[in-house]
Amino acid sequence: MDFRKAGLRETEYEEIKRVLGREPNECELRIMGVMWSEHCSYKSTKHLLKLFPNEGERVVLGPGENAGIVDLGEGLGAAFKVESHNHPSAVAPYQGAATGVGGIIRDILALGARPVASLDGLFFGDPERARTRTLASGIVHGVGGYGNAVGVPTVGGKTVYDPCYNENPLLNAFCIGLIPLDEIVSSRTARPGQAVVLLGSKTGRDGIAGAAFASVELSEDNKASRPSIQIGDPFAEKLLIEACLEMKEKKLIVSMQDMGAAGIISSSSEVAAKSGVGMILHFDKVPLRAENMEPWEIALSESQERMLLIVDRPRLSEVMKIAEKWELDCAEFGETVEGDEYTILFHGERAASLPATLIGDRCPQIHWPSRRPADLEARWTFDVEDIPLPQDWNEALLSLLSSPSLASKESIYEQYDSMVQLNTVVGPGHPVNMLRIKGRDSLIAMTLDADPWKCSLDPFRGGAETVARSVRDLAVSGARAAGLTDCLNFPSPEVPEQYWVLEECVKGMAEACAAFNCPVVSGNVSLYNESPEGAILPTPVVGTVGIVPSTDATLSSGSWEEGDVLFLVGPCNPSLGGSRYLLSQGRFEGRPLPFSPEAEKDFVERALKTASSKAAHSGRAISGGGLAAALAKESMESGVGAAAAVPVPTRKDVFLFGEGGARALYAVPMSRVPLFKTLWSGYPCIPVGRAGGDSLSVEGAFSLPVAKLLTKWRGR
Amino acid sequence: MNTAVVVFPGSNCDQDVMHAVAETLGTKVRAVWHRETALPADTDLVILPGGFSFGDYLRCGAMAARSPIMKAVAAHGKRGGLLLGICNGFQILTESELLPGALLPNRTLDFICRPCFLRVENVSNPFTANFSKGQCVQFPIAHGDGLYTLPESELKTLEERGGVVFRYCSPDGQAEDESNPNGSANNIAGIVNEGGNILGLMPHPERASDPLLGGADGRVFWRSLFDAYRKGGR
Repeated sequence: MDFRKAGLRETEYEEIKRVLGREPNECELRIMGVMWSEHCSYKSTKHLLKLFPNEGERVVLGPGENAGIVDLGEGLGAAFKVESHNHPSAVAPYQGAATGVGGIIRDILALGARPVASLDGLFFGDPERARTRTLASGIVHGVGGYGNAVGVPTVGGKTVYDPCYNENPLLNAFCIGLIPLDEIVSSRTARPGQAVVLLGSKTGRDGIAGAAFASVELSEDNKASRPSIQIGDPFAEKLLIEACLEMKEKKLIVSMQDMGAAGIISSSSEVAAKSGVGMILHFDKVPLRAENMEPWEIALSESQERMLLIVDRPRLSEVMKIAEKWELDCAEFGETVEGDEYTILFHGERAASLPATLIGDRCPQIHWPSRRPADLEARWTFDVEDIPLPQDWNEALLSLLSSPSLASKESIYEQYDSMVQLNTVVGPGHPVNMLRIKGRDSLIAMTLDADPWKCSLDPFRGGAETVARSVRDLAVSGARAAGLTDCLNFPSPEVPEQYWVLEECVKGMAEACAAFNCPVVSGNVSLYNESPEGAILPTPVVGTVGIVPSTDATLSSGSWEEGDVLFLVGPCNPSLGGSRYLLSQGRFEGRPLPFSPEAEKDFVERALKTASSKAAHSGRAISGGGLAAALAKESMESGVGAAAAVPVPTRKDVFLFGEGGARALYAVPMSRVPLFKTLWSGYPCIPVGRAGGDSLSVEGAFSLPVAKLLTKWRGR
Repeated sequence: MNTAVVVFPGSNCDQDVMHAVAETLGTKVRAVWHRETALPADTDLVILPGGFSFGDYLRCGAMAARSPIMKAVAAHGKRGGLLLGICNGFQILTESELLPGALLPNRTLDFICRPCFLRVENVSNPFTANFSKGQCVQFPIAHGDGLYTLPESELKTLEERGGVVFRYCSPDGQAEDESNPNGSANNIAGIVNEGGNILGLMPHPERASDPLLGGADGRVFWRSLFDAYRKGGR
C-alpha cells in the first residue's frame, strides 16, 4: 500500500520507517495515516496552541486531557470542552450533528464527570437557499434528537448565518459536566497488568477513517463518503453514561477514554502513551456488528457510544455486572504491559506492533508558510462619511433585527430540551446561560461566542474581540470568567494567507485571554473547512465558563421596569467596521476596534460590582447590532418601551449601530442612580434615556411599538 | 407517603422527579429498576417519569409498558393506589391501557420545549385538590409526541365524566387553538382515570417546583398529593 493513499506525507512516512527500523505493514500504515491526520495530530496548529495561556488559579486540568476542568470551590469541578463535527454535518446533517453532541458528552464523561448541559454553535449559509434549510433543519434535529434523548439539556448556543457556510456548515458542540475533584478519572493512570475493556456498542464499519475525512477539503468526491459518517444512538449513550458513572462511584475504573475519532486505536494508544505502558490487544475479542472486519477496520472504526476502560483484574466481574444491568456489551480485549510496545493480535497473528508514543505524539509538526493578505489594508480604508445615514430609521432597525444572525432563535432552541436535570436557571435566548449547583448557592455561567466577520476583517482584533465579548457577557451577568474552551474553525492552512489569518486570530485570542486572566483549558481545531464554493470565514468559537458566587449576585437581562434610567457605559465611538448593521447593507468592510486590555479589565471589575451590589434592574453587554440592538432586545424581553436620545456629537448611526469595545446598557432604578454612578465613576458612563411605555424610540432616529419589534424579530 | 419512581433504560427525568418530590415534601422517594417484579411493600405513590424509555425506538412507551415491573404497577393502580405518569410516563400509561387514548407526534412534527399555561379542569382528585377549578398554572412541556387523541365517542365520555384534568390555555385561561402546543384533542394536557387515582400528563410539574428555575406551581401539585394521602383517602 502506498503511504500517500494512507494519507501520509513523505516526511511522515520516512519518520515512521526511521522509528520502526522497518517498513510498516498495511494495517500499521492505515493506523498511522489516520493518527497522524490533522484532526488527530494537530500537526499544523500544535505550536500555535502553545500561545494560549492555560494556567490560572482555578485550573485543575488544562489542555491535553479529554476536557479541561476548573475549580468551582468546595471540592467540586466543572469539566468542559467544545468540539467541531463540521464535515460529517455537511454530508449527513442529522447524524453528523447528533454524533457531534454524543462525542462531546463522552469527552466529559471520560473524566468521570456527569454531563449537565450542552451549548451548540451553529453556522449556516444563506437562509434563503433551499440547501441551507435542508442542512440547518437536519443539524438542528440532530442536536435535539440526540441531546433530548440522552437527557443532557441544551441550554443555549450561538447561531450565525453567512453565505460562506453554504456548503460547509459548522456544528460546534459544547458540553459541561460536574465532578468532585477527588474523583477525576485520568487517562494517565494505567499500570502494567491491568485489563483493557471495551464498554458499549458493538464495533462496525461506520465512521472508518472519519478523522482523515475531516482533514481534507470537502469535494464532490468525498461527499459520497457515506461510510465515513457515524450513526448515533442516544439511548445507548444514556445507558453508557449511567453505567460509567456507576462504575466510577464504585471506584472500578483505573483509567477511561472515550472512543471518538479513530476509535479503539486512538483511545487505547493514548492511554498507553500517557500512562507510560504498553498494550496487547486481542481484536478477536472485540464485539463486532459487521462480518469479516479487517484488523485495521476494527482499529479505526468510529462506531459511536463506546468507552475504553482500564480495570484491575480482580474487579472485572463487578464491571461486567454493571454493564449487564444497563444491557451494554462489555468485553475484556487486552491488557496493559510494561514498556512502550502497542500490539494488535488478530487470529493469533500480529496485525500491528508500534511504539505507543509514536502513534499519538510524535507526528512531525508542520509550519505552513504564512503571508499577510495583500488586500488587508484595502478592507480597512473605508470612510464612514461614505456611508449615508439611513433614510428610514425605523426600517433600518427592523431590517437589522430581522437579519438572520440577529433574529430570534426561538424556533431552533424550542426544539431542545433545555430544562432536564433541573439546573437551568437561565436557559436559551439570553446572552449568558446559568446553571445552579444543587445544594449550593453559587451558579455556573456560560456563553458561546463567535464573530467571523471581525475575524476576517482584522484577525488579531477579531480574535481578541471574540474572547472579550464572552467575558463581558459573563461579567455583566455577575460571573467572573474562570476559563474557556475554543474551537478553531478555519479553512485549509496550506494557503499562506489563510494560515496567516489563523495565526493572527490565535494571537488575538491569546492576548485577550491573558488580559482577562481567563485561561484556555481545552479545545479543538477544525481545518480544511472549504468546499468548491469557497472557504469559510475564520470562525474561532469560544465557550467561556464563569462562576457567580451566589444567586444574589446575578444581574438578569431583559428586566427593565417602568421609570428605570438607561445608562450606556463604555466608549461612544464604536466602529461600523464588520458591524451587523453594515453587513445587513451588504457592506463587508472596515476595521474593528483594537482590544484595550486596561479598559476591558476595568469594565469587568465594575460590571461584577454592579451585579453583586444590585445597582441595576437589568444589564446587557453590547455586541452584535450595537446599542440599537441592545435597546431593542432589552425592550422586547422586558415588554417595556423606552425613550432615548443620542446625547453625544457622535454620528447617530455609529453611536447606535457601531460595535466593539467594552460597553454595556444598564437599566437603573432612580433610587440607585447615585450608587450606579459611583460604581462607574472614572469610566465612560452616560444616561441615554428612560424605560417606560409601549414604544422604543430614539430621538431623531427610530420610534417603534415594542409589539412591532417583537413581530419582526421573531419572524412569526 | 412513600414514593416509588420507576426507572426504565432511557428514562431521564427520574432523578428530577425524585428531587422535586423530596425537596417539596421531604418524604421518602425510592428508585425502582424496571426489571424488578415488585414495588417496595409500603409504596403509596408510583411515578413513571419522563424521558425516552428504550430510546422511543418503537412507539413511545410501548416497550416500557411491557417491562417486568409494569405488572406490579398496574396492580397498584387497579387497587386504587396513586399512580402518576409524566410525559413519557403518560405515554407508558396509555400504552399499558391504564389510561385511555394515545399520544401521537406533535402537529408541528418537532420536539417542543417551552413553558405552558394549563387550566385546571378537575380538582376532585388527589393530584389537583389544592388548586381551584379553572385556575391557570404554568408547567413546561418537553416532548415530541404529545398530541393526545382518542376516538370521538370516547373523547365525549372522557369529557363528560370530568376525566380531563389539565387543558393547554392562554395566560388568561382561554383554551383556544393558538395555545395548543401540539394539536391535542380539546387542548388536553392531562387526564385522570375513573377511579381518580391514575393521572397522566404531558407537562412536567417537577420542572415547576422551584422558583429559581422559573416557577413553583408544581409544588401545589405535590402538596395536593401529600394532603390527600394524609387525609387517608388512599
